Amino acid sequence: MPVMTYLEAIKDGIRHEMRRDPNVFVIGEDVGGYGGAFKVTQGLIDEFGEDRVMDTPLAETGFVGAAIGAAYMGFRPVVEMQFIDFIACAFNQITNMAAKSHYRWGQQCPLVIRGPSGGGVSGGPYHSQSPESYFVHTAGLKVVMPATAADAKGLIIASIRDNNPVIYLEHKFLYRRVKDDVPGGEFVVPLGKARLAREGRHISVITWGAMVHTALDAAGQLEKDGVSLEIIDLRSLVPWDKEMVLASVKKTGKVIVLHEAPHTGGFGGEVSSYITEHAFSWLDGPVRRISALDTPAPYSPPLEQAYLPQAHDIVRVSRELAAF
Amino acid sequence: MLLDSHTARAWYRQMRLIRVFEERAAQEYAKGHIGGFCHLYIGQEAVAVGAFAALQPQDHIITHYREHGHAIARGMDINGVMAELFGKATGVTGGRGGSMHLVDKDLHFWGGHAIVGGHLPIATGIAFGLKQQGGDGVVLCIFGDGASNIGMFHESLNLAAVWKLPVIFLCENNRYGMGTAVARASAVTNIRDKAQAYNIPGTDVDGQDPEAVYETMQNAVSHARAGKGPVLVEAETYRFVGHSMGDPERYRTKEERKEWQDHGDPINRFRRSLEERAIVTAEEFAGMDAEVDQQVEAAARFAHESPFPAGETLHRHIYVESAGGQP
Ligand SMILES: Cc1ncc(C[n+]2csc(CCOP(=O)(O)OP(=O)(O)O)c2C)c(N)n1
Ligand SMILES: [Mg+2]
Repeated sequence: MPVMTYLEAIKDGIRHEMRRDPNVFVIGEDVGGYGGAFKVTQGLIDEFGEDRVMDTPLAETGFVGAAIGAAYMGFRPVVEMQFIDFIACAFNQITNMAAKSHYRWGQQCPLVIRGPSGGGVSGGPYHSQSPESYFVHTAGLKVVMPATAADAKGLIIASIRDNNPVIYLEHKFLYRRVKDDVPGGEFVVPLGKARLAREGRHISVITWGAMVHTALDAAGQLEKDGVSLEIIDLRSLVPWDKEMVLASVKKTGKVIVLHEAPHTGGFGGEVSSYITEHAFSWLDGPVRRISALDTPAPYSPPLEQAYLPQAHDIVRVSRELAAF
Repeated sequence: MLLDSHTARAWYRQMRLIRVFEERAAQEYAKGHIGGFCHLYIGQEAVAVGAFAALQPQDHIITHYREHGHAIARGMDINGVMAELFGKATGVTGGRGGSMHLVDKDLHFWGGHAIVGGHLPIATGIAFGLKQQGGDGVVLCIFGDGASNIGMFHESLNLAAVWKLPVIFLCENNRYGMGTAVARASAVTNIRDKAQAYNIPGTDVDGQDPEAVYETMQNAVSHARAGKGPVLVEAETYRFVGHSMGDPERYRTKEERKEWQDHGDPINRFRRSLEERAIVTAEEFAGMDAEVDQQVEAAARFAHESPFPAGETLHRHIYVESAGGQP
């Protein structure tokens, strides 16, 4: 199996779909000759030309709206936000137009909006955010957050094939740091199926995106203390794999919900509440949540470290839970 | 233009300070002392220096993320700016914002904004405030050519014109928005012409010549200050470096860039012109160059020696902590 970085895997998936389906096209700022700010789309223009790898003016509302219209016409646009933070500029088009067209008149809108999210690179307040909560709260949208290279490919393909608008949140810290075996050619990871990232006995850690790796790191440290973490990588938040989560919770009886986005209103609250509603009698302790702080993402490295959840936070909370 | 020696020296010194400051920032970035995304202004210095010379202390400035030069031209303390780039506690926002978000409220410098176009509507609000409060201050709102394609630009120009606000929209047309040449992104390639759609006077100026920028801006500022409404000034300029650090610059030729560097370097050009006109002597230039080098060296030292902010300070800045409202 070819080894690819997370970034290459995303591109491999997009390329695969562009070859398979002439209605798939890429659109965004400097996605063509420049190859995108992080080079996710580099080289696609050479194979598919300017009509299918379209550079846009700096106009998020405009080009997201145009992609929605093209999706109505039967195309399958893959829109790049240069940084996911700029998706706020297209919020109306996404939440009011794309999300509701099927509800209002049965109009499908097969659209993917993807881009680099997340922190850890000193991006500061406008280049580090994890905006999944804004979108999980809007019915009609699906939300995907891959953690591994293989999933990055399998999920982008599933997202492109999905007949609904999908927000696909890549993690910029993982782009070149995560590298794994990725099946070549056709490879689909269905939305709504979580992945057991690590089997364990004592505590279920429910997480997604870059935090999967932070949790694995913590699990390694805790193994020595005899605390065994089971790590579930949700992979997609809408829909999310309630079955796998409940099965794990019923096995371990203790849960940490972990995410990189800030605490209040974070999707962790949803997961946590679902677990207490549906598996209360299996719980041997409170469902604990670990997240970023309720502040904007700071620029300065020590501030950003304090802001983002770290492996030592998971270790600390796991010990507390284990002793509960 | 008749330039006195005092002003000429001040402008030269400021342009060179911006240049040397940024060259140092690039070095510190390469060494890992500055992180994140850092956009240099090298090549565009005459725009900031000429434009800010036309402003008064009561005027306000709001700008985008390529703003080290604007901050320095407004007179911000370069120690605090360098420390901010380093993410240090002594930085102008204590390390919370970094390169793209320099602010100095005392100087009415509302600072850099990283969401392209996001600050243009805010400029109209500040101008509205100034107008309602009855002073004679104006707002200078700076952005790039790329920003003129986003809806917020158009909404803001219209608002400013309808409300006759004292705003000068200064577009630094450096020919590219990241890797996209103006003509590939904008149906109207002279940004100044977009002002016509909103009944706003639009002019252009050679952005490599601080005297020309100053004169054009003087007119624009007088217009706005006199209550005649907004103006759009398009400064034709060029960035000599990549969009941000690590841009391979495949969207333009080396020859094109070299042409601008050889013939359009605002600092060399200004210096030559001052020498030819015998306004500033070689000795004075040498003295200023040495001073600037020392000043930047000291700023870098200050940044290196400053402490990082403590993680616990993070919560402190989210909300206003005093009780709100009028008594
Ligand atoms: C809303 C938004 N979209 C995209 C970006 C990414 N981006 C940052 S700068 C830039 C180019 C802006 O070009 P221009 O306005 O000409 O300014 P310049 O960088 O040339 O000074 C882009 C696309 C952003 N910061 N904000
Ligand atoms: Mg530009």
